[in-house]
Amino acid sequence: MGQTIIQKIFAAHSDGSVPVEPGNVIWLGLDARTARDFAGPNVVRNYRRHYGDAPVADRTKTFFTFDLVVPPSNIPYAINQQICRTWAGEQGITVYDVNAGIGSHVALEEGLAYPGSTFVGTDSHLNIMGAVGAFGQGMGDKDITFAFRTGKTWIEVPETMRVVVRGQMPANCTARDLTLAVLRRLGSRGALGRAIEFYGEAVEALGLAGRITLASQVTEMGGIIGFVPPSAEVLAWTQARVRRRQPQAEVRGVYADPDAAYCETVTLDVSGLEPLIACPPSPANVKPVREVAGRRVDSVFIGSCTNGRFEDFAAVAEVVRGKHVAPHVMATVVPATRRVYAQMLKAGVLETLFEAGFIISNPGCGGCASGHLGMTGEGQVNISTSNRNFPGKQGPGETYLASPVTAAWCALAGEIYGGER
Amino acid sequence: MKPTHISGKLWVLRDPHGQLYDDVDTDMIFHNRYLHITDPAEMGRYALDNLRGWEDFAQRVRPGDIVMAGRNFGAGSSRQQAVDCFLSLGVGALVAESFGAIYKRNAINSGLAVVTFPSLSRHAETFRNGDVLSIDLGSGELQLNGVRTYRAQPFSRVQMAIYQAGDLFAYGELVAQA
Repeated sequence: MGQTIIQKIFAAHSDGSVPVEPGNVIWLGLDARTARDFAGPNVVRNYRRHYGDAPVADRTKTFFTFDLVVPPSNIPYAINQQICRTWAGEQGITVYDVNAGIGSHVALEEGLAYPGSTFVGTDSHLNIMGAVGAFGQGMGDKDITFAFRTGKTWIEVPETMRVVVRGQMPANCTARDLTLAVLRRLGSRGALGRAIEFYGEAVEALGLAGRITLASQVTEMGGIIGFVPPSAEVLAWTQARVRRRQPQAEVRGVYADPDAAYCETVTLDVSGLEPLIACPPSPANVKPVREVAGRRVDSVFIGSCTNGRFEDFAAVAEVVRGKHVAPHVMATVVPATRRVYAQMLKAGVLETLFEAGFIISNPGCGGCASGHLGMTGEGQVNISTSNRNFPGKQGPGETYLASPVTAAWCALAGEIYGGER
Repeated sequence: MKPTHISGKLWVLRDPHGQLYDDVDTDMIFHNRYLHITDPAEMGRYALDNLRGWEDFAQRVRPGDIVMAGRNFGAGSSRQQAVDCFLSLGVGALVAESFGAIYKRNAINSGLAVVTFPSLSRHAETFRNGDVLSIDLGSGELQLNGVRTYRAQPFSRVQMAIYQAGDLFAYGELVAQA
């Protein structure tokens, strides 16, 4: 019997004493282990308590990435970040500090995660690494403390399902609309505890930014990881970044065997897709934008690990060039990383967004976890490109999740609007 | 050896319409505004304070009580606090039809008994607040008020090993010595 992608990656990162079959528990070697300004201080606390002054297993594979409240806007986060910095200094661990951006994206840009690699950290959207065919897993602070000290983790091999997205997506739709279509089909538990492999011409047509969007929302489908088999473009992009650290490195994609075993195959066709939006109270409550069009919008947030790439903001700039955000709308933009910010600066995207009336913040997560931007008050209607809209998460208002393009049209119109497209 | 048979008073997490809560997200269990907290002793008071109808759970629950919920309990983020807040309150076990994948890992690593009860929705009406539930972690047998029995999933081998050791760190020491 052939192997799925996750079986191959796990087999290459374990000692072979236990067959890499669904349901078996193995010790998985970790190419990179990380903690953020959220849970990082908890990791330091656990580590000191259980391991004292012992060194981490490998400081070249251990990182902090500050992205949640950056720079700190409150004293608890300032204290917590400094706890991590001080301890990282003692241990000789690299910190991607408050100016770097979202840890998962920084890791891709820095070549810390690459096809076939394993990556863990205190971020539930680390399955973003599936966008380049790597295994990424969000974990709690105990798991990460153990991973810092030992370089490995226990893991139960999940089953894999196939999601095949056929057809050519219409020009007025984006990777986020495709992702919402998959989420509508699978629901919040359609991939519960499973790995996904994404196939089909609509998936193959996605660039890296679109693959990141799709992979990131696997969390909201209940899945552990969603692999997009790397294209030649993705292999070249990741290899260039890995070579900044290891000049001779050869990046190779990991692909499933033709006779690999899947627990389920779900097929959908996006040829007739229209712009979609996830309405309160959950990311899986997906509807066509036109069904909720006309509702007054108070704020718009564009950014997050799901839709914070240069391509996302360039698409927004196309919509808003020469126009202006509606007077009653608070519209904010948060680039995922400093590199994305620089790209926006050089391409003139920042200027276009500025002229259109957007508030532009430094890179980071934005408002997902009471960060700087994107929180709501009672009665406020918020259109967001982030990844969750559960009640109360970003405050008492109502958050709708949509593509950057839809969010841009809503910002201009001051109401939910699918755009002239 | 820790006992593999535990018993406690039930809190059945239902929404205002009386339906068992599904997809209880970690922001409903332990809201992101408290994420800066690192001391487990401080976490308990915020448990479930963003879940409609359960805002005062921390005041009502008593050590040894058992919490029951529907599908995909603990969906969402990786925050350990969403598990440790229940430990901090002395909650004896969580029983749900299914759990979020990261949440289940975190609970296992903390030594909190989490029991998956796949057929729960077929019996959802039967369980009420204050009922006494007994759980055999090794066999997965549940007993309600000493009378009716149900079949949940037994602990997996690694889950039992970590539970018996106490937590992931103690388990790691045992593995290193072996």
